[in-house]
Amino acid sequence: MERDEESSGPMMEVCTNGGGEETSNRRPIISGEPLDIEAYATLYKGRTKIMRLLFIASHCGGNQTMQLEALRMAYDEIKKGENTQLFRDVVNRINGRLGDKYNMDSAWCESVDRRAEQKKGRLENELSSYRTNLIKESIRMGHNDFGDFYYACGLLNEAFKNYVRTRDYCTTAKHIIHMCMNAILVSIEMGQFTHVSSYVNKAEQNHETLDPIVAAKLRCASGLAHLELKKYKLAARKFLDVSPELGNSYNEVIAPQDVATYGGLCALASFDRSELKAKVIDNINFRDFLELVPEVRELINDFYSSRYASCLEYLGSLRANLLLDIHLHDHVDTLYDQIRKKALIQYTLPFVSVDLSRMADAFKTSVSGLEKELEALITDNQIQARIDSHNKILYARHADQRNATFQKVLQMGNEFDRDVRSMMLRANLLKHEYHARAGRNH
Amino acid sequence: MSTVEAVITSIQGLSASSGDLYALHDVLKGAVDSLRTDSELQLSTLDQLDPSKHSLGYLYLLDVLTYGPVSKEKVLLIARFINACDAVQIRLASEKFVSLCKRFKDKVLELRDPLLGVAPLLAAVRKVQVSTKRLTALHPDCLQLCLLAKCYKAGFSVLSDDILEVDQPREFYLYCYYGGMICIGLKRFQKALELLYNVVTAPMHIVNAIALEAYKKYILVTLIHSGQFSISLPKCASTTAKSSFKTWCTPYIEVGMRYNDGKISELEAVVVANSSDFEKDNNLGLVKQAVASLYKRNILRLTQKYLTLSLQDIANMVQLANAKEAEMRVLQMIQDGQIHALINQKDGMVRFLEDPEQYKTSEMIEIMDSVIQRTIGLSKNLIAMDESLSCDPLYLGKVGRERQRYDFGEDFDTVPQKFSM
Repeated sequence: MERDEESSGPMMEVCTNGGGEETSNRRPIISGEPLDIEAYATLYKGRTKIMRLLFIASHCGGNQTMQLEALRMAYDEIKKGENTQLFRDVVNRINGRLGDKYNMDSAWCESVDRRAEQKKGRLENELSSYRTNLIKESIRMGHNDFGDFYYACGLLNEAFKNYVRTRDYCTTAKHIIHMCMNAILVSIEMGQFTHVSSYVNKAEQNHETLDPIVAAKLRCASGLAHLELKKYKLAARKFLDVSPELGNSYNEVIAPQDVATYGGLCALASFDRSELKAKVIDNINFRDFLELVPEVRELINDFYSSRYASCLEYLGSLRANLLLDIHLHDHVDTLYDQIRKKALIQYTLPFVSVDLSRMADAFKTSVSGLEKELEALITDNQIQARIDSHNKILYARHADQRNATFQKVLQMGNEFDRDVRSMMLRANLLKHEYHARAGRNH
Repeated sequence: MSTVEAVITSIQGLSASSGDLYALHDVLKGAVDSLRTDSELQLSTLDQLDPSKHSLGYLYLLDVLTYGPVSKEKVLLIARFINACDAVQIRLASEKFVSLCKRFKDKVLELRDPLLGVAPLLAAVRKVQVSTKRLTALHPDCLQLCLLAKCYKAGFSVLSDDILEVDQPREFYLYCYYGGMICIGLKRFQKALELLYNVVTAPMHIVNAIALEAYKKYILVTLIHSGQFSISLPKCASTTAKSSFKTWCTPYIEVGMRYNDGKISELEAVVVANSSDFEKDNNLGLVKQAVASLYKRNILRLTQKYLTLSLQDIANMVQLANAKEAEMRVLQMIQDGQIHALINQKDGMVRFLEDPEQYKTSEMIEIMDSVIQRTIGLSKNLIAMDESLSCDPLYLGKVGRERQRYDFGEDFDTVPQKFSM
């Protein structure tokens, strides 16, 4: 607890979450301790907050209190909006476990639906009148309003279509960027990350320089898209380029803590040592993000200074919470696997011989388990070494270039021999066939 | 003078020089029909002729005599003739000679004594061959007899020629197929693979039963020799082969896929399940060899990863029964020269060594030199083939016809106008 008091001062300056959330600022939100759902939820706003809470509820595996907490917060948030479908969903999942206040409120549903119908009718009338007037700006606003309306109701496909339709009526670069940002938002919610990439490209193609916050947002979106497509290196590069001015301005999609976590883990899994140092450790901008997730910062530093045991320990403790993250969930295992492999390779790189029992201690595993992991890496040709199973030592092995060359040359000579002879035979057969056919024709 | 006597005298008279031989050939061709009906012609009449000097005449008479059912005596006579005859004279009537030999072979098979026919047919092949590069009709028959008589070494001597020119595709397929089987018998899997590969990739329009059988053996031999199975045929195989072979050879392809996975127990299960199919094709022995080679493959993979390994660990990783069996197999592999290792019986450890070949000896230089010479020779062959093809009227005719399709423009006038049809 001492740590929290010390760091509470600077913490408050860096992340201003808006509205009296000082208590949550003191403790890092993504850490090894069990997730504080309230604090987590305050990082986000809008639809993503609801989706994240629902995700946590379905993936917290049997932890009833966490699940109910998440569902309760989701209920409250949904009630503030206009999405009756999600409301029905969450009520089903709560199943009466939270008492009377959190039950099905059909009156609310009906009134919201009625209001939605009325609004829809009004918007349609407005749009048709704008269309007859043929004023580009108003048509664009009309479609935009429709898009916003559908998004609030949860009809994401319709929302996307409407946002995209504004494209024909965009006159300035600002309009285009606005459209792209909306399209990106809806695509992320729908999980269609190829659209995200294409709209990010469209927005960045703008010849005028972008507002730095918009640029940062675009980079976050692009990074998310790459992450989902498992292109970890590209994702890392995008996240690391996000300027710290982003702050909380994009928390309808992503929080700065997420930028730090995703960027840090992807970089660790895919960068080599020099890139790691240049782009992550020495990156002043990214340092501000890393301050928000001190455990990630520690583990990156540990990896770089070869303190693998403590690095893997941090990773282990973060795992449970990372699995609750909606975007990282599918990738945690792959990333962890890659980081562990990199650690093993990096450990063996400088040595001619390595004592396997000491290495097993460093990686907190048994010698036989370590042997199996190393065997897999040797087969993949990522480590050039051989295992002395009797004495449990790993010896580096460098292929003899001269012998290998001779072998290859002889082999190629033989292959050439065989291939040319086969070819000549085949040519002969074809010629015979051709002659036979020609003979028959004449 | 009866026709027989007339013929005999002309044979004796005209067998001296090549000009006479042509005349004799015409005489004989004319006299064939009458000789067939003539009952005077007996085996004893042949005693008047000397097979080595009067080979052409002897051949014609023998041919007429053996037209009907052939007795064992006649078979022996034919054998003696083949061994003694003169190659130059024979080549004038090579089709007759070939058909005679084929009849000889059939009879020998009927008598269930293939060994009798091996030596004569070997000699026959050498005599009929115009050049060592050309395949004759007798090659496959000779190989077939060698196979049935289990004289693999004799058959191998025929195979050591490089065949580059082929007249009849069917002969070629049979030659390669039998040749492949002989090499498998001698455990020379490299050459077997070459021969079978040639059949499998030969151009064909309809599925050929010989090629199909060859493909089955090809799969098994690839497993034994190189330990890898790829489900797709080589790129140069004909489209018919690519589309139809797989449907006919499903048990073999299954064996190949299981082999790739590397698990012995699954492979053996597949083998047992399909053993009736393998038996029908006479391939069960080969399949068992393939399974045995999987153990070797797995042990070989271990040498890449380990410097020393205990016998018990080897047994566990390769799924052998116990350390003793592992020791036996490793010992066998060391003796065959497939791996380099030292077995330490006291500790029950095997120490894997690097290949001691340093490529510094004079023998190695000789090997490299011979490979270089061969390569140069082959390149010369290729160039010669290319030149002869570009002068071939049929080829030029086809190119000329296609000219309209590919409009190369004025400066690409490689084909003279008269060939544009």
